[in-house]
Amino acid sequence: MQSLFNTSLILMGKGMLAIFVVIFLIFFVLLFLGKTKKKEE
Amino acid sequence: MDFLLEGLLATTWKQLVMFGVGSLLIYLAITKKLEPALLLPIGFGAILVNLPFSGAVTQMMDGIGEVPGILDWLFNLGIEAAEAMPLLLFVGIGAMIDFGPLLANPKLILFGAAAQWGIFATISLATLLGFSLSDAASIGIIGAADGPTSILVSQVLGSKYIGPIAIAAYSYMALVPIIQPFAIKLVTTKKERMIKMPYNPRSVSKRAKILFPIIVTIVSGYVAPASVSLVGMLMFGNLIRECTVLDTLSTAAQTVLVNLITLLLGITIASTMKAETFVTLQTIMIMGLGLLAFIFDSIAGVVFAKILNLFVKNKVNPMVGAAGISAFPMSARVIQRMGLQADSQNHLLMHAVGANVAGQIASVIAGGVILGLVPGMI
Repeated sequence: MQSLFNTSLILMGKGMLAIFVVIFLIFFVLLFLGKTKKKEE
Repeated sequence: MDFLLEGLLATTWKQLVMFGVGSLLIYLAITKKLEPALLLPIGFGAILVNLPFSGAVTQMMDGIGEVPGILDWLFNLGIEAAEAMPLLLFVGIGAMIDFGPLLANPKLILFGAAAQWGIFATISLATLLGFSLSDAASIGIIGAADGPTSILVSQVLGSKYIGPIAIAAYSYMALVPIIQPFAIKLVTTKKERMIKMPYNPRSVSKRAKILFPIIVTIVSGYVAPASVSLVGMLMFGNLIRECTVLDTLSTAAQTVLVNLITLLLGITIASTMKAETFVTLQTIMIMGLGLLAFIFDSIAGVVFAKILNLFVKNKVNPMVGAAGISAFPMSARVIQRMGLQADSQNHLLMHAVGANVAGQIASVIAGGVILGLVPGMI
C-alpha cells in the first residue's frame, strides 16, 4: 500500500506538471491571439 | 404457477437496497432538481437492472442461451466500444461554451490548472484506502467536476466502479452551491473575500475565437496525446459554434445531440449498477472520496490565487480560484453570490466565468493526462 501511495504521489507530480505545461502553452496562445487583435486595430 | 413467484422469491436484500437507491435518485432529481437529466435516468435504470431476471440486461435463459439486454447493448456500443457517448456529448458541450471571457482575460486559464490538484490528492487518498491505482485514478477524476470525463476515464482504465463514480460526479456537481462555500470559507478571510477586481476585458476578434479551438487541440495533442479525443471533441463543437457558417449544426449540437446523448447516457450507466457490485463498502468510500475531491479542488484553486497575489500588483479575489473547476456555470454563480455577500458592490461574475471556462478545458486535459500516465504506472 505504501508503494502504491508513493506511486500516486509521483502521479500527482507528473500530472500537475503536465497540466500546467499544457495550460501555460494555452495561456501563451491566448496572449498571442489577443496581440493579433491589437495589430488589426 | 410457481413461475409467477420466481422473481419475487429470487429478490435479494441488495436488490431491495438498489430499489431504494434508484428511488432516492429519482426523488432528488424531481423534487430537489439535482441534475435531473442524469440522475433520473440513472435512478430508473438502477431499478430496471435490479429486477430479478431483468430483460433489460443480458440474461442466460434455459433452452435458449444468452439473450442480449438493451442496456448492456447500449453500454457495449455507446461506452465500452469507443467511449462514443461521453465523447459525442463533448461536441455539444463545446458548442455551448463561449471562450470569450477567457480570451478577454488570459491569466484566468491558470486557475483551471490549479483546481485540478484535488483529482491527484483524492487518488492518493484512495490508494491509502486500498484501491488499485486504476480504480483510484478513476475515483480521483470525480474531482474534474465533469461527468463525461469521469465516465470516460473510469471506462478506459477498466474500473468496475463506473456506476458509483458517475453518480458521485453528477451529484456533487449539483451540490456545488453547498460544497464550495463551505470549502472556500475554510481557507479565506472575509477581508480576502471582499477583494474587488475591476473588469476591463480586451475585445476579442472572430478570428481569435476561430483559431483558439484549433490551436488548443494541436498544442494539447502534442503535449498530452491521450487528451486528443476529449479536447478534440470539445474544441470541434466550439469551432462549429464560432465559425458562424454552421449555425444549424451548432444549434443541433447544443440541443438535439446533447439531449439525445443525455437521455441515453444516464440509463446506460445504470446498466453497471447491479446490486452485487454496487451495494458494497467501496461504493460508500467512493461517495466520500468524491466529496473530498470537490473540496480539495476548491481549496487548491483558492490557495493558488493567494500565491499569485504575492507576485501581482492587481490582487485577485482568492474565491475566483475556486471557480477553476468544470462545473459550469454553477461554480461561477457561487463565487458571484459569495462576493456580493462579502461586499454588496463586489461583482466577480465575469472573472469567475472565465476561471470556470478554464476549468472546463483543464478538466479534459487532466482526464487525458491521467489516461496517458496511469497505464504506464500500473
